[in-house]
Amino acid sequence: MSDIPAPRFRAATEEAPAVRWTLICLAVLGLAVLVFAPLIAVFAEALARGSAAAVASLANRDAQAAIRLTLTIAAISVPLNAAFGIAAAWFITKFDFRGKAFLITLIDLPFSVSPVVAGLCIVLMFGANSLIGGWLVAQGWPIVFALPGIVLATMFVTFPFVARELIPVMIEQGRAEEEAALTLGASGWRVFRTVTLPNIRWALLYGVLLCNARAMGEFGAVAVVSGKIRGQTATMPITIEMLYNEYLSVAAFSLAALLALLALVTLALKTALEIRNADALAASHRP
Amino acid sequence: MGKPLIHRSPIPGLGLSMGITLTMLSLIVLLPIGALLLKGASYGIEGIWQTVNRERVWAALFLSFRLSLFAALFNLVFGLLLAWVLVRYRFPGRRILDAAVDLPFALPTAVAGIALTALYAPNGVFGALARDLGWKIAYTQWGIFIALVFVGLPFVTRTVQPVIEEIEREVEEASATLGASRAYTLRHVILPMLTPAALTGFALALARAVGEYGSVIFIAGNIPLVTEIAPLLIVIQLEEFNYDAAAAIGIAMLLISFAMLLAINLIQVWSRRRIGHV
Repeated sequence: MSDIPAPRFRAATEEAPAVRWTLICLAVLGLAVLVFAPLIAVFAEALARGSAAAVASLANRDAQAAIRLTLTIAAISVPLNAAFGIAAAWFITKFDFRGKAFLITLIDLPFSVSPVVAGLCIVLMFGANSLIGGWLVAQGWPIVFALPGIVLATMFVTFPFVARELIPVMIEQGRAEEEAALTLGASGWRVFRTVTLPNIRWALLYGVLLCNARAMGEFGAVAVVSGKIRGQTATMPITIEMLYNEYLSVAAFSLAALLALLALVTLALKTALEIRNADALAASHRP
Repeated sequence: MGKPLIHRSPIPGLGLSMGITLTMLSLIVLLPIGALLLKGASYGIEGIWQTVNRERVWAALFLSFRLSLFAALFNLVFGLLLAWVLVRYRFPGRRILDAAVDLPFALPTAVAGIALTALYAPNGVFGALARDLGWKIAYTQWGIFIALVFVGLPFVTRTVQPVIEEIEREVEEASATLGASRAYTLRHVILPMLTPAALTGFALALARAVGEYGSVIFIAGNIPLVTEIAPLLIVIQLEEFNYDAAAAIGIAMLLISFAMLLAINLIQVWSRRRIGHV
């Protein structure tokens, strides 16, 4: 009876511990090299000459102008895209109409278009050589190489973010609650504020966070339309590029560190939202 | 024509939500893309072909696609591994790892670009290591590959993770009961279930990599015919106010993007038919 194999105490639906730990190590190592190392590099390079030098480079006039411009762009484009996202999600999930899948594809389109091509589209439409752009410039409202063009380019690349987060959540929630509220005599706005909004607030917040992170960090599309005028149309990412190309490493990485901090805050909030949502989900599944 | 265009609904806000949606979609996305297509139509397929059919343009397009494909393939394998580890295994630091997967989405591309260059340049931490081994990474095609891997990293993991979470243990138990080894179960039971999601993630990573600009230009070196990517070529043409050439290359890239979008949709239709849901 010596050919009976020794009993193994591993479940049949698990990998051997050696395999498991090899895979975990590969995952940790891969993320350490690919993701954590660049993140650490940003802060290490920013602080290469001490924190005083980093802070001093941020107090520079052009850096301050870039920060102000980036905040202005986000303050305009994020609320507009949030409004669009809510309207689009309401239209798509509360009504039945032909061509819905096509409409969703069109909304997702900016994700498949290169940011540089997006910028190019804006230049061709509103540039001084175009029909509309020429007229607008004659009226004294230049779009390209000015704030409106940068806002348009930013809105193009961040266009789907909020709608994309809201649509699946609102599909899952269905229409019954809204219909009940309407039956009880609530007005449309009241239904939205007191029934729909509380249900979608976390998805909305998450979509706005992602949209904001991308709006402040957009480079390719903005590089094409901004004209890169120092102190006027140079956003934070554009200023980072200019400083880097002038070998002002500490200044470039200090601005980069600010944007990296924004990314970290975004991810932290996202993780917090997920933990919170997991709790809410578990609570709603409880009998 | 039995179906009405829009069904009647008791829910209010149809006009308002449809108006905002279609107006903003047209103004922000469709009209600008239309302007590009119109520009292309104005000098025809012949004109576009003459601009695109130059050695430098072909080299850039070929480089962008080849390296994007390699990067997306790397991300397909590593993304599957990462998704499996994050869903199935419990170990300290798992949540931090899970959050870190999204960093390439949240970190601005220009920031990623200069950070990767600082690491992989000959005087950087990894670059010095590679130099000692006689290997140059930054300012070569390897540098572009690494930047494209970085920007495409989250796609496969994020599309595959929810599918792994939904796999019912009974399926694996049944397979094990019937005498399959763990490796056989993973290969013939689990992997086919993940294929549609993994392919979608792969296509998304590929589409993102082809159009990527910010994270690549710093590390690429941008030598014509060798390390010059297609989006950079558009920027160069625009800086020389050569709008026609920029538009021609832009249309070529746009058509390629549309083709990939179509492929993603076909994959989803195919997988829905095969599995019943996505």
